[in-house]
Amino acid sequence: MDQTPPPAAGTIEVSVWRSTGPGGVAAGDGRFETFAVPRAPSQTVLDVVTHIQRYLDPTLTYRFACRVGVCGSCAMVVNGEPRWTCRTHVDKVSADGRLEIAPLRNLPVIRDLATDMREFFDKWARARGQFTGSRTRHEAFAVVAPESAERVQVDLGIECIGCGVCYSACDVVEWKRDYLGPAAMNRAWTLLNDVRDDRQRERLAAVAGDAGCHACHTHMSCTERCPKHLPLTAAIAGLKRATTRALLRGEL
Amino acid sequence: MNTRAQAYLWFAQRASAALLGFFVLVHLVTVIYAVRNGLSAVEILGRTRGNTPWMLFYLLFVVAVAVHVPIGLRNILAETFSWRGRGLDLIVLGVGLFFLLSGLRAVWAVYAPGAA
Amino acid sequence: MSPSRRLWRNRNHPAYWAFIVHRVSGLALAAFIPLHFWALGQALTGEATLQGFVVWTDNPVVKIAEFGLVVALAAHLAGGARLLMLEFLPWRDWQKSLFAASVAASVGAGLLFALNLG
Repeated sequence: MDQTPPPAAGTIEVSVWRSTGPGGVAAGDGRFETFAVPRAPSQTVLDVVTHIQRYLDPTLTYRFACRVGVCGSCAMVVNGEPRWTCRTHVDKVSADGRLEIAPLRNLPVIRDLATDMREFFDKWARARGQFTGSRTRHEAFAVVAPESAERVQVDLGIECIGCGVCYSACDVVEWKRDYLGPAAMNRAWTLLNDVRDDRQRERLAAVAGDAGCHACHTHMSCTERCPKHLPLTAAIAGLKRATTRALLRGEL
Repeated sequence: MNTRAQAYLWFAQRASAALLGFFVLVHLVTVIYAVRNGLSAVEILGRTRGNTPWMLFYLLFVVAVAVHVPIGLRNILAETFSWRGRGLDLIVLGVGLFFLLSGLRAVWAVYAPGAA
Repeated sequence: MSPSRRLWRNRNHPAYWAFIVHRVSGLALAAFIPLHFWALGQALTGEATLQGFVVWTDNPVVKIAEFGLVVALAAHLAGGARLLMLEFLPWRDWQKSLFAASVAASVGAGLLFALNLG
């Protein structure tokens, strides 16, 4: 299919999305620009992008912070799949010596590889992703047994780093622009299992319906791509069961 | 349509799916059995005419189909054409009624002992 | 939304194929069912009318279509059972094998139908 000759030994051919518009949220217009980047042992995709920006084109725009898979800011679409670029080795994703690096899908592009994450996090708030307790400092600590069923569910979903990979992997997000997406609902699910939280009815109402858990088709692309291997589709299924229970009890 | 109604639709689709799981299994077995010596109207009607248990089975089958299909169609139309709102809901309601009425007509056609 | 030209790779995993099978088979069945109802309705005007239709269906093109519909019905049944289990049962790793089981069940039903036809 690809007629171009293979990249020279010791280098990798990298197609990087470059915005051609004036910048700003609507700058989705652009084209792929190709760079030859030297290979290095244990090189990550983020290393590749950084090499381009430092040595080949200082105007390349991208976002990163910790470089060790904690902060969740460097996710991009690498060869078609959303990934955390700082923990993705080039060896793993580029069998043919080529890489295509694009901004996250389903989010507005600010410039080049940097996306505007506002709608992603706004939806966490819309899914009632905030803890609301009723105890004050005058009361005793809540006791939550680590082996309790609820706490076990919380454990499964709590390690989310908010990178947006699941949101970018999800087709339903593309089809329904108001769909909350996996990360926001995973957050709601962990809070739903927090026995100290006392706004659960509100939360269930927030995650129900066509823009919430009932729109999920169990494609499982979120679960497939989550770099932290969180069971996101299972969390959404949990919300489906919880909302249905509430519905049948007349509490939704 | 409010969130609660949307949740009801989702539940109605799953509940009808659970029923259909049973109906379709029986239907598949019947189909595979019925075609073994070639189909004929005599054979089909011999099984169904005046047979009330089969009639009730197909009656419930049709109702479950008439619930299940329009909800799935509503999802597909909403996702594919970004179509929302009352217009969509009315169209799929019409589809549901069409499936219900034409299905009941078919059940009656193969059951009614009087039809010559 | 993303300019990537390789987004199909993101969808290239079993649960997504299961979704495509479920959607395509569902649409095929939704298109077929009104025809099915109409055909059975022929019996209203008597056995002979229905028999006329049954005779018409006895050609290879219709038989192939019928085979496809039986497979679609079995696939939609098996895929639906898979979805109900994924949504309503506690999550287990074996549920990842459900897609394979669904495929096997629908192919099996199709083969049985085809063998009986002959």
